[in-house]
Amino acid sequence: MHGRPRKAPTEEEQEASVVKGAKLRSIQAKFFQFHHTNTYTKEALEVNAKLLEMNPEFITGWNYRKLAVQYHLEAAQSDEDSIKSILDEELKVVESALMTNFKSYGAWHHRKWVLNMGHSSTDRELFLLKKFQKLDARNFHAWNYRRFVTALKNIPDEEELQYTTDMIYENFSNYSAWHNRSVLLSRLLKEEVEGYYPKEKVLTEEFEFVRNALFTDPDDQSGWFYHLWLLDQTVKLEHLLVSSWPPNGSNVNVSDYCALSPSLSSISRTLPLILCFSEAVGGINSSTVSVVCESNMDSNLIWTPISVDKSGLARTWLTYLTFSSEPMHPSRNYLVKVSIANSEGIISSAGFCCSNPSHMAFTVCLPSSNTEFDEGPDIERIDWSEENFSSNQLHSENLGLINSFNELTISGDNKKTYETNAKIIADEIDYCRELLSEMDCKIGKLTLARLLLAYDALSSASRGVQDQNMFQYKEILELYHDLMKLDPPHFQYYKDQYSLVFLKQELANEESLLKYCYQYRDSTSLSNNSLCLCLRGLSLSQIGCIERLLWVQMLDLSNNGIRSIEGLESLQLLCCLNLSNNKICSFSALEPLRLLKSLKVLDISHNEIGAHPIDTRRYLCASPLSHTSDWKREEFVVSGPEMTIYWDAFSIFSGLNLRQLSVTGNPIADKKFKLFLCKLLPAMKWLDDEKLR
Amino acid sequence: MTYMAAEEDEGPPRIEPTSFDLIVVGTGLPESIIAAAAASAGKTVLQINPDPYYHSPFASLSPKDLISFLHLHSATTSDHDYTDFRTVDSPTDQTTDSSFNILPLSTRPLYSSVEVHVYSPEKVLDDSLQKEFNLDLAGPRVLFCADPMVDLIVDVDVQNCMSFMSVDTSYCIYDECQKGKGGGLLWNSVPGSRNAIFRDRSLSLKEKNQLMRFFKLLQAHYHSNSKSSTTTSNEEDDENNSSMKITPEDLETPFVEFLTCKIRLSPKLTSIILYAITMADYEQDNVEACKKDIVKTKVGIDRLMLYHKSVGRFRGATGAMLYPIYGQGELAHFFCRRAAIMGGISITQMPVVGLLVDKDVGNYKGVKLVTGQELFSHHLILAPTFVIPPGLTTPSVSPQDVYYDFVQQDAREKVVRGICITDNSFKPDVANCLVFYTPKSLCPDQMTSVRIFQLSSNVRACPSGMFVVYLSTICGDVVQGKRSINAAKEALFSTSVSGNSEDNSRDPLRENTVVKVKPTLLWSTLYIQELIMGGFDCVSSTPMPDGNLQYSHVVDAALKLFQKMYPDDEFFPKKMPWWNEVVENGACLSEG
Repeated sequence: MHGRPRKAPTEEEQEASVVKGAKLRSIQAKFFQFHHTNTYTKEALEVNAKLLEMNPEFITGWNYRKLAVQYHLEAAQSDEDSIKSILDEELKVVESALMTNFKSYGAWHHRKWVLNMGHSSTDRELFLLKKFQKLDARNFHAWNYRRFVTALKNIPDEEELQYTTDMIYENFSNYSAWHNRSVLLSRLLKEEVEGYYPKEKVLTEEFEFVRNALFTDPDDQSGWFYHLWLLDQTVKLEHLLVSSWPPNGSNVNVSDYCALSPSLSSISRTLPLILCFSEAVGGINSSTVSVVCESNMDSNLIWTPISVDKSGLARTWLTYLTFSSEPMHPSRNYLVKVSIANSEGIISSAGFCCSNPSHMAFTVCLPSSNTEFDEGPDIERIDWSEENFSSNQLHSENLGLINSFNELTISGDNKKTYETNAKIIADEIDYCRELLSEMDCKIGKLTLARLLLAYDALSSASRGVQDQNMFQYKEILELYHDLMKLDPPHFQYYKDQYSLVFLKQELANEESLLKYCYQYRDSTSLSNNSLCLCLRGLSLSQIGCIERLLWVQMLDLSNNGIRSIEGLESLQLLCCLNLSNNKICSFSALEPLRLLKSLKVLDISHNEIGAHPIDTRRYLCASPLSHTSDWKREEFVVSGPEMTIYWDAFSIFSGLNLRQLSVTGNPIADKKFKLFLCKLLPAMKWLDDEKLR
Repeated sequence: MTYMAAEEDEGPPRIEPTSFDLIVVGTGLPESIIAAAAASAGKTVLQINPDPYYHSPFASLSPKDLISFLHLHSATTSDHDYTDFRTVDSPTDQTTDSSFNILPLSTRPLYSSVEVHVYSPEKVLDDSLQKEFNLDLAGPRVLFCADPMVDLIVDVDVQNCMSFMSVDTSYCIYDECQKGKGGGLLWNSVPGSRNAIFRDRSLSLKEKNQLMRFFKLLQAHYHSNSKSSTTTSNEEDDENNSSMKITPEDLETPFVEFLTCKIRLSPKLTSIILYAITMADYEQDNVEACKKDIVKTKVGIDRLMLYHKSVGRFRGATGAMLYPIYGQGELAHFFCRRAAIMGGISITQMPVVGLLVDKDVGNYKGVKLVTGQELFSHHLILAPTFVIPPGLTTPSVSPQDVYYDFVQQDAREKVVRGICITDNSFKPDVANCLVFYTPKSLCPDQMTSVRIFQLSSNVRACPSGMFVVYLSTICGDVVQGKRSINAAKEALFSTSVSGNSEDNSRDPLRENTVVKVKPTLLWSTLYIQELIMGGFDCVSSTPMPDGNLQYSHVVDAALKLFQKMYPDDEFFPKKMPWWNEVVENGACLSEG
């Protein structure tokens, strides 16, 4: 069924197809006549059956049959025998249609429709399926239908799992069988069915099973797909909270961060509280997360997800703590305690309930009086040139703020699970190395890189520490480096992965993180912390390791190969961002910026915006075309005719309150565009080194 | 049509016509193939069965018949049987035409040292059971799905009358260091296909990888060869990427060297490939022992490719090998029937007493039957049991064609064959399987591999509940060959009827499925078969079954004889190409 070259039809075949076409047309004409007059006689149904046998792809034909069946069923009332005979006839028609083409959606659907009525025997179905799966073991229609039938017949998952085993033994290049195996196992593991518990035991066995396929024929992808699924199952962490800002144990001077509050005017004693999780979660609210402060604090917190995915979950959640206007002891530090998952309401995308509570605490120092925050008219332009940055001498208090990681408290049970899973992965790593010692194999290398990363995550989780230097990083980076050379078509993917791992390595601990921290020359031009994280010229293509960077307010990513800034939206404290000299090719790639409400200074000069007439990212990112949830139509009216050209720039910048923007060096940045920007951003003071007013 | 030899009243039956293009004396497999081929090519053919048993020495017989056949043709008794015919029925009513000399036709012994052991006579020798057995005289022997024999059947078997069963699995037992550990030997199943490698439980992951890569290399080699000169540059590149290539120089090296040094297969895999897939006889890494039988890489690769093409050729077949239901005799029978369908005449149980030769020149003219009738033909094919009488002149044949060596084997070699009837299978759940004992795995002086083939009642080899096991090995030294076969019997079976007293710690069937009790022998025989080769002349003779597991040489010998006789005729003209197509798509042939 697979890998057969298409042959040009012979003359005879062409003739036959002409004859068939003529015959089909005449039957079709007859059929439409019956259809339009709602005729459901025996003769009409026979014509339809003949038509469908010749051309099972004819959906109208199937729909007509459904109408006819309904018509006859009504007439039959509740006479079991005649109902059964009507439906049996349908099954027969489907069967002969499937004999013509067993990949016909319409025919399979019709069969399901009939069986769902519950009058027909399902005994024949598995027999039929066996026949079809013998013809083509991978046929996903048959596998789909198999899942339907087994659910209808209540066949236990264990039995079906054995069936996939048998099919795989017959030929292990069977994606459908491996896939069905993963579906069944997910259920069996979740329900902890006898023999499928503990999970680690099952995973070990499955790894061993698929390993045979990988070693026998590493060029066959189906086994690797299953292996990747298994890896995913093994590496899933049940603990969720990764980091927070303010970090655990830190001391924060609230007045330093007043500028970041959503509304500047009335309240100046607000402090953002950011929680970053290991994966997207939902259900963060004042009942699942309790925040207690010694001082008066509004305990009715509103949590906002940053960048919500399809199911309404987000990795990063934000709220603002509001302190009462008059602190009792101005000079004193007040303790804020945060407890997460007090009640089991937090749900992750993997379906885990976060039942292990995490606790953290930090102290705040409240300003004595309501100091109105004022930007002042004389604020200077931020100049990103290197000479303005000096390697910094950090105060110990700042150090506490940088280290945003949450010390994890892991229950003994989980710890053991992580240890076992880390052991499983360690074994897989050994086998993967063995395979690679035998032969050069791209997917083997990629898998090894993934395994090493997974091992890293698991072993650090089992130790309960996150900030340590991991020895494998160097090897992972080498692997991705090799892959970039070995497999040029997927260069960009490897490059992205390389960037993520590289960032992980470099930002892994305080010591190496500090190497990238610089002090901006003139701290007065910034409202507070003038510490800049400088990741320039590292040939990054993507930004990662966001959970370690929640504290960053000034970020220099210039002179890299960045195409996407996905994830950057989590840096809710960010006010100055340098993205100059990168490979950003459209405004839609800057979409995360829309969520950075504190952003004041942005440099996107010398990118490729406007260079590519077709924006391939447009449909990946939020836009008025892809989804409309937070797009306000009336906003479009404002800017007049330029809107139609610059709508994407508008969508990014209209919500921002930028003070300084550089766009020069992008093909799009002509005079007209700059005028548009001036109009769009009235508060802007500098555009491309030019002071505006 | 079959000519009925019995006619009423009028004394001995007469055969009409009396002149043929070809007379074939014997109904063994090569004789039958030639008869069918000649008949298909439009020749007039007479096939005479001189023996009380059909298809000997390729027959499938009951235990009793088998033993009496062996005795009939073995060294001690053979001579007088046929001399009887000759002397007693000396022709009386012969034509008085004196233009021919009659050269008496004598036979030679085919078998020697026949041993029979009956352990449970009631289970095997009961008369009512006899027809439920089909014991092959020339066992063990199997068909590879892609071998020339199967091709021939596919071409010829228009009515689809042959049915086959797949051989479930094969095992290779080789002498490894394990012997020291537990005193037993490992049963390695032979992984001949991609999925068999995947399923295999005894190979290490590394070995799986090595083996599969080797198979892929072979496929690539085969494809690049079959595409011959017109390889596109793209594909060249692909092959260059896989870095390994089989060079013409490689093809001339010993296969064992190629496998171990170039492919770097583990000793275990090398043994499996050498002895269980390419079916080498002599110990390949022992230069001394295998002077005669060193498998070259070219040959090894060809045999491996045959194996690969066999796997999956027919939809119903699960492995590479097939076995005809009702036994090997069916194959010869099939071709006899084919000859008859195509117009050949066959007569049964009609001894031939002499050859008619031209008085003046001394060349062959015809045969004289025991009834005294004289029949004439251009060509004569004789079964290997007959000695071509000296004094026959060969007019038109160039000397190098005389006695063409069809089967290139050492003339002193013989085959030791054994047949055992047992009460159980080697392995539970396995009915029909092959076992290969590599050289020296049974005893230190085992020079050649011992091949073993177990069959169950599902191929009608025996009544249900029993198993038939064939054993064979080639040997130069008869004593040593018998010792190997006996060692294999000892390793596999117990002779005590109770079967429980066996010492299980020395059980060879250790690997995951351990048979607690070895199968018990009910009956067994052991005999030595001569390896008589065929030859071509005006009177040609067919070879005895060779020591191999497959039929390639049989087909080859038949084809060569046919082509020598009829250089301008096609060997089984393929009249129905549509039929081929149906079979290639796996529609039929095999039942199972």
